[in-house]
Amino acid sequence: MAKAEFDTPQLKGIPVIPHLQPGAMAHSRPFVAKAEHQEPLGFPGELVDDWKTKAIDKMGELLTKYRALPVFLDACVKCGACTDKCHYYLGTADPKNMPVARQDLLRKVYRRYFTFAGKHFPKLVGAVELSEEVIEDWYRYYHQCSECRRCSVYCPYGIDTAEITMAGREILAHIGIGQKYSNEIIGKVHKIGNNLGLPRPALEDTLEGLEEEVEEDLGVKIRYPVDEKGADVLLVTPSADFFAEPHVDGLIGYGKVFHQAGISWTLSSYASEAANFGIFIGNYENMQKVAMRIRQAALDLGVKRIVVGECGHAWRVAYSFWNTLIGPFDFLDPKYPVPQHVCEFTYDLLQKGALKLDKAANDDKVVTFHDSCNVSRGSRMGDFPGGQFVIPREIIKASCNHYVDMAAETIHENTFCCGGGGGLLTDDLTELRVKGAVPRMEALKRVIDEDGVTHMAAICAICKSQFTKVLPFFGMGMDMIISVHQLVGDALVLGAEH
Amino acid sequence: MSFLTVFYALLFYAATALMVVGLAVKIRQYARTPAPFKIPTTPGPITRGGVVARLFREVVLFESLFKGSKWSWLFGWLFHFGMLVVLVRHLRYFTEPIWFVALLAQDIGVYLGMAMLAGLIGLLGRRLLVDRLRYISAPSDYLMLLLLIAIAGTGLLMKYITHTDIVAVKAFFLGLMRADWQPLPADAMLLVHLTLVVVLMAVFPFSKLLHAPGIFFSPTRNQIDNPRERRHVAPWASKLDATRAPSK
Repeated sequence: MAKAEFDTPQLKGIPVIPHLQPGAMAHSRPFVAKAEHQEPLGFPGELVDDWKTKAIDKMGELLTKYRALPVFLDACVKCGACTDKCHYYLGTADPKNMPVARQDLLRKVYRRYFTFAGKHFPKLVGAVELSEEVIEDWYRYYHQCSECRRCSVYCPYGIDTAEITMAGREILAHIGIGQKYSNEIIGKVHKIGNNLGLPRPALEDTLEGLEEEVEEDLGVKIRYPVDEKGADVLLVTPSADFFAEPHVDGLIGYGKVFHQAGISWTLSSYASEAANFGIFIGNYENMQKVAMRIRQAALDLGVKRIVVGECGHAWRVAYSFWNTLIGPFDFLDPKYPVPQHVCEFTYDLLQKGALKLDKAANDDKVVTFHDSCNVSRGSRMGDFPGGQFVIPREIIKASCNHYVDMAAETIHENTFCCGGGGGLLTDDLTELRVKGAVPRMEALKRVIDEDGVTHMAAICAICKSQFTKVLPFFGMGMDMIISVHQLVGDALVLGAEH
Repeated sequence: MSFLTVFYALLFYAATALMVVGLAVKIRQYARTPAPFKIPTTPGPITRGGVVARLFREVVLFESLFKGSKWSWLFGWLFHFGMLVVLVRHLRYFTEPIWFVALLAQDIGVYLGMAMLAGLIGLLGRRLLVDRLRYISAPSDYLMLLLLIAIAGTGLLMKYITHTDIVAVKAFFLGLMRADWQPLPADAMLLVHLTLVVVLMAVFPFSKLLHAPGIFFSPTRNQIDNPRERRHVAPWASKLDATRAPSK
């Protein structure tokens, strides 16, 4: 049913909370992983015989490993504060896309098997037996959550549906029902080192081509080095930066900043991917295995610092989880934060006066900024709370003369997911992605109409790919979405005194 | 000693034991279950003092709920704050001489009892009227509100209409605490009020009332945002560190 026809929602100009349309997205389910995508990750290749027992056992195990689960499953009072906060609910009106209802898909089974009330009074507390129907709902609706954490901002107990979704996906994968998109990609990283399955020779070719292209454009030789031992900085960036538009313009921008700052850097062909899809499927072991390539590359190359490129979930994993997964980083220079976001890196140079930017180079643009969900609500930049909002904006404002923010309820910690995060950036979920983008599109349309915004900058590979795909559905140009470091790169005065 | 007195004395002992032991078991579970990752909802506090302040704002002001839903916040806060003052006021039945704070709550207590009732009715109204809330509500969600409404209602009725012998009620509860049982007045409204309170105490550890201890254990609210500065590893996860070398 993935190719089902659907109507692109009309933008209304004002935020509207839709009335419930039960079952509106019941047909939306991504392709299921085949054995070849499941087994390399340590999951069974097909539905296991005793799936019911296995699923309940796995739930029991997760309840003892992740405190968030028992606390979140017990604490919800059904106050309803989250019900109108999810972009997928706002875009689809399917009640099971309300965060609390999404949690309830797991909670009602938890209650049946793990609580006194649910064991003895199931009807009273809405507890149900695990059934094929429940499993089917889990698969559908845990793949209609982008793990963006917006609901957790408004919950009086901080219940984070992302944690529930991860647990749901983890249980499903362990009984043999994985999601093809995420698991296939994780397999490629285990085998080759990046999401695209791009081997070392191809990466070297690509970067060489990029160097030539930039030199032709600017008449300056900017290097895009790979596997250079002894470089100061290892740059780990999403592999989309090597190819995709507008991502590659961001990579060009990073290279210019390194060049101008005179700091030696390198990419790694072994760890040629910042994104870590292990977070999407909620699996500790796979997330650790993906991240370990970066520790290994940093050790092998003998770098002093690790800088992470523009990528939302990657930055959450890097900032919040790397130290846990692959630390300690006692082999790196303690003068710099580990890891460091490329925006922190550039901002630091700007603060020191090491970069000269000519804002007029971006005078053809009126820019707004899309806060990426996992950067905003799952990480930080700088040494103060909220640095993740301030630093990218300061960089943009230093690079262009015309900047406006979107409505306050759609930025900073209130930001809406692009609609493609959390392992949903796949063509078999196009309808979901288009409808889930509605709240962001509404906010963007308002600044286009009222402030003449021409471009939306972002610092996430998924956001960039997602907007490139969905903007045309709403009559907006796919080239509106740009990388923050494209603005920096275009404004940077090369060869200036520093 | 009347059957009634013995029955209610035993009921209160049992309900208290169930509540205390049940909550202790849940709190032990929450405290012992590791949180393997740093997952505070950011922007979050970067110091321990900041976490204390964040939890204080959540518990006392319902900060996140205020961001999420102004009506739920208004009704929820009226109910909870009202109940707090009413509970403090009820300390007069358990302390001799009466504690100072219970005396302070004496005059405003009845107004806050009404505020509590108004908040509860508002919450019930929302649950019945908003389609999204109806969808997510189980029978227990309505019953919990009705139970609290009935407790507040019977309490206010005793205050204003069907008075009971509060001196005897106090003697009964002090007797319970001193293991020296005293007779309980056989007033219908009082018995209904006390029975409902017993029910509330008994269901506490088995229901969504676990949000009360839960908030203090919520990793998105009680963690310090310092993952780069401090390595944070759960015991079960540290075992994986030994085998984490990548396949090359």
